[in-house]
Amino acid sequence: MRERFANHFDPFVIPFLVGMAFVLGYYLIGMIRVILQLPKADRKRFLLTLITPKYIWMNIRDIFLNCLIHVKLWKRNRVLGYMHSSIAFGWFMIILLGHLEVILFVPERIHLFYYPIFFNYFVAETEQTIQGSLLMFLMDFFLLMILSGIAIAIIKRFASRIVGMRRTTRLSLLDQVGLYSLWSIFPLRLLAESFTAHISGGSFLTIPANWIFRQFLGNDLNALPTWWAYSIALGVFMCVLPFTRYMHIPAEMLLIPMRNAGIRIRHPRKGFALLEVYSCPACGVCIDACPMSVRKVNCKDATVYLNRQLRRGNERRIEEISDKCLLCGKCTAVCQVGVQGPELRMAQRARRKYALSPSYSGINVRPMAAAVAHGAGGDSGGVLYFAGCMTKLTPSIRRATTSLLDKAGVRWQMMDPEEGLCCGRPLMMAGRSEQARELIAKNAEIIRASGCDTLLLSCPICYKIFKEEYRLDGIRVVHHSVFFEELIEAGRLKVRRNGDLKLVYHDPCELGRGCGVYEEPRKALAAAGELVEAGKHHAESICCGGSLGSLTLGFEQRRPMTQNALDNLTVADPDQIVTACPLCFSTFVHAADRPVRDIAEILDSQS
Amino acid sequence: MDFGFKLNPSSAVNLDTVDRARYDRLVQLEPDALTCIGCGSCSATCTAAPWSGMSVRKVILGLQRGQDDEVDSMLSRCMLCGKCTMVCPRGINTRHLILTLCRLNRKGEIVR
Repeated sequence: MRERFANHFDPFVIPFLVGMAFVLGYYLIGMIRVILQLPKADRKRFLLTLITPKYIWMNIRDIFLNCLIHVKLWKRNRVLGYMHSSIAFGWFMIILLGHLEVILFVPERIHLFYYPIFFNYFVAETEQTIQGSLLMFLMDFFLLMILSGIAIAIIKRFASRIVGMRRTTRLSLLDQVGLYSLWSIFPLRLLAESFTAHISGGSFLTIPANWIFRQFLGNDLNALPTWWAYSIALGVFMCVLPFTRYMHIPAEMLLIPMRNAGIRIRHPRKGFALLEVYSCPACGVCIDACPMSVRKVNCKDATVYLNRQLRRGNERRIEEISDKCLLCGKCTAVCQVGVQGPELRMAQRARRKYALSPSYSGINVRPMAAAVAHGAGGDSGGVLYFAGCMTKLTPSIRRATTSLLDKAGVRWQMMDPEEGLCCGRPLMMAGRSEQARELIAKNAEIIRASGCDTLLLSCPICYKIFKEEYRLDGIRVVHHSVFFEELIEAGRLKVRRNGDLKLVYHDPCELGRGCGVYEEPRKALAAAGELVEAGKHHAESICCGGSLGSLTLGFEQRRPMTQNALDNLTVADPDQIVTACPLCFSTFVHAADRPVRDIAEILDSQS
Repeated sequence: MDFGFKLNPSSAVNLDTVDRARYDRLVQLEPDALTCIGCGSCSATCTAAPWSGMSVRKVILGLQRGQDDEVDSMLSRCMLCGKCTMVCPRGINTRHLILTLCRLNRKGEIVR
């Protein structure tokens, strides 16, 4: 081992140093800004987790698994998983090994920022020692790994279908500069190291390359230009990084600890939301996932484009995208980073100013409360069934549910037999959460007056908000699909199984992705007939298109989405389509070519 | 171009005291409102109707007649449940129509 240059410096490191200083400075300022923008309570909570051992371990593990290994992506698509983890993990290992080399061989140079990166230029190492040959082998190994990843990336860019993506994002100009500079970094590193391999040593990749180059490029003068090119590629990449999608690399490292600390989006442009927007890698997985994308014009309304417009501050488009979304949550389910598209949009909707704000404080709920209190006969306990406003349009669900309750011998009463209030979820979705709180208070008053111990809901839209936002101290909130499954399990509800009846279950967005209820409805249905699965199911089920989440989508625009969801449901040719949501039910029932039924109806007809 | 004659501006005197600025602006923003046939499906399905008298049909009518107070009191009871949109035979996005109306002040300007 010997150092090649007495002054330990060469001007070619300057582009790298400039880029590095710029990106670190930008990241540091951005990080402080995001933390300062958090509400005070959130900020305190986040900073506390940074010094709690349990959270420190969790953060390190999650950053390692998600940012370097890309575990979630591996589970989804192995080719894409390999591509990302080879580049991220390989690059990380090269940087790590570079530092290791400096520490082992020239520890007095560790303060030189560029030494680990350009080690082979400044230090001539021999592969004769076991240390040297091992490190050089590892260096070449990880470089080869990165190069294979880059090769897949190039193929993907020009033929995304090969790696299983139908659509991918259109890159902006700066994104393209970032992309091409990233692609060129590693081939240039290979060239640079190959040109100096006969002086500084190398391994299975660089020594043969060096031999080939020397056959027709005889002298060492080619070495310096390639090192310059390598450094410039690094410099360009880091200088454009903050303005490209590659900002997700540093942003995600802050996002993961914040998410672990339980921070939520409170403002569409500040704090945690800003971090989510910058963490979006613009991979475009959400474009294929979005139920609106069946219409080509709506491809530009996917979450990836919302993030891009939020970064650009294009107000007109931000409003348009925010209002159009169905809030089905599928983009979040498939997102590798977990960008909460629906929450970003709801926060954006909440910023809107209105001349007229509804007020429900004047509503007199005393008669409604008195009716349920009277119905219970004064004694407490029993089930209170809140059918919800949507079942007014689908009375069959109401009828089937009450009939099942009677068959199982459950003591129950109805909260809204004639008139009732809305649960507040539609208001929340429209961004008017303050008004929703008023309704929540009114409904909670009625429920408490009834003295029930279980609140039964047949609408997932209601179920989500009752579960998350209501404080009902001790009253169990349960969706009817779960409740009936329990009754079947306990033997209180006898269901005859009809093996010839092929049923497919549609996961409603609010019940599945919204509340994580997937298996109970399926178990209940399996007791009534033969259950088949749709093409896309569970967390990836496709929204029926009727969602209240969308403010601007009209009837005609929703129809192709409904048709697409139905096509997905009928791949296994079921006899009947079953859902557990009155809104999905009434959307499907007008468009389907076979009977659509609620889970309660199926169970009721077979018991 | 000079034809040697011109059309006089209308000299009709509008004796209507109703200020339809809000309705005109609504029609501009939500042209679908013009296709309303007043069938009342929205009123029949309204969750808020039993205790507030809310009705989208009446809101549109009230705007044309200048019954601003009635319109505002009805709008302030809507819970945005969206059933009126689901049943509208003309496919009017009534839920968005209500939200748009809430954004307009009485002069028909969007508040910012």
